[in-house]
Amino acid sequence: MEIAFYLAAIVAVAATARVISCANAVHALLYLIVSLLSVAIVFYTLGAPFAAALEVIVYAGAIMVLFVFVIMMLNLNHETVARERSWLAAKVWIGPGVLGVVLLGVLAVALASGGSMGNVDSTPLMAERIGMTMFGPYVLIVELAAFVLLAALVVAAHLGRDDRDVAEEKRIAAARGRRHPGGEQ
Amino acid sequence: MFGFSTETLIDFALTAFETIAILLAVVIAAALLIWVERRLLGVWQDRYGPNRVGPFGILQVAADMIKIFFKEDWIPPFADKAVFVIAPGIIMFTTLMAFAVVPFTETIGVVDLNIGVLFVLAMSSLGVYSVILAGWSSDNKYALLGGMRTAAQMISYEVFMGLSLLGVVLLAGSFDMRAIVESQAGMWNVIPQFPAFVIFFIAGIAEIHRAPFDLPEAEQELTAGYHTEYSGMKFGMFFVGEYLGIVLISCLTTVLFFGGWLGPILPGFVWFALKAGFFICFFVLLRAATVRPRYDQLMAFGWKILLPIALVNVAITGAVVVAMA
Repeated sequence: MEIAFYLAAIVAVAATARVISCANAVHALLYLIVSLLSVAIVFYTLGAPFAAALEVIVYAGAIMVLFVFVIMMLNLNHETVARERSWLAAKVWIGPGVLGVVLLGVLAVALASGGSMGNVDSTPLMAERIGMTMFGPYVLIVELAAFVLLAALVVAAHLGRDDRDVAEEKRIAAARGRRHPGGEQ
Repeated sequence: MFGFSTETLIDFALTAFETIAILLAVVIAAALLIWVERRLLGVWQDRYGPNRVGPFGILQVAADMIKIFFKEDWIPPFADKAVFVIAPGIIMFTTLMAFAVVPFTETIGVVDLNIGVLFVLAMSSLGVYSVILAGWSSDNKYALLGGMRTAAQMISYEVFMGLSLLGVVLLAGSFDMRAIVESQAGMWNVIPQFPAFVIFFIAGIAEIHRAPFDLPEAEQELTAGYHTEYSGMKFGMFFVGEYLGIVLISCLTTVLFFGGWLGPILPGFVWFALKAGFFICFFVLLRAATVRPRYDQLMAFGWKILLPIALVNVAITGAVVVAMA
């Protein structure tokens, strides 16, 4: 299992790097999907199969599909790829690069000092335990998250509603009523 | 570390053999469906169907396969080549992977995953990419429209499929497919979970976009939808992927709602094959007997009818399970 963990971790890092450096937006999204899938395998090797399955279903299978859906409709072509490439010039990398190196340094120090960042439980984390934790001590947070999601849903439904459709349907119905069925028109 | 004992080697060989046998059986079943579907459609539409090649036309499968292998495999010059080539492989891969957790009998089955149901849902949600990416990479307006329809349809119906399975999971108390079958020893899930069964089956048809929910490839509006630009074996993979989907949904319906291999007198595998075969024929009958709804009707039906029923079903099942405990 250890080999699987390291392989998946390497794939995740490499794919994520390509997400940032790829000039074609759809290809970048595909790398992001690969990255999420490898994170799911990392979860699985750490003994959290439930989290792994949810990672695939929710992130890779639902959220990323919506991303691809939107990007697909933007009509990207060779011009956008070229423009993206020009944005990814060498000097753009300096700022994020420095920040990334700082974080890497912190991580290296933490790992070198005995890895006191919490241990991974050796028992597999199954659905029952997750459910009991979520709907036991953390039920308030679950409910709050539900509130936020419901609010988002209501807002989206309100913004997405098109009053013209209703008016148009009424007009068509009225026109149908007037016209003689089976006539020349 | 590498000191394998003979027993582990034999175990490994047996597992590998079983896996390959299941893989072959599933793919052959899917290929035979090419003939089964056309013959059955013939029966229901009062005509013969393919009856020239071999006895009852059963070699039609071989003829079709030979034809499709020798067709020119053309990639449009304006397509995004890498994505265009990967897309048909994804649907084959995800559907075949989902078969890994299906328990065919007490002993036959690739793996007993304790998150079996979730694994199937995960694979089916990844299958969406095949169609979306095919539609996008073809750089063709009909293909793109087909891909967009699929994205919306499959994401929506995945929700209802997942919700309908929750009732079954609640009754069995496990995500493990084998445990779910064993929990049906007294009574098949289809009786206490009848609404869930109907929702699952409808969502299953929408997931593999078969008629009557084949709007992503509606010929009259979109020529051939997302696979308009595909030819040769790449088209063949979409084609076989669809048949694999039929076999998968039929097997899942059998396992989750109709007691899998359970049944009197006959051996388990025969029962499984009979039940799954019945649902496969039902898929074909649906194609012969129903008309295609409009796209907005499809989405409205899902969100306004299936979703509330699925939620009520989960709530009632949960209440009953808690009350019985």
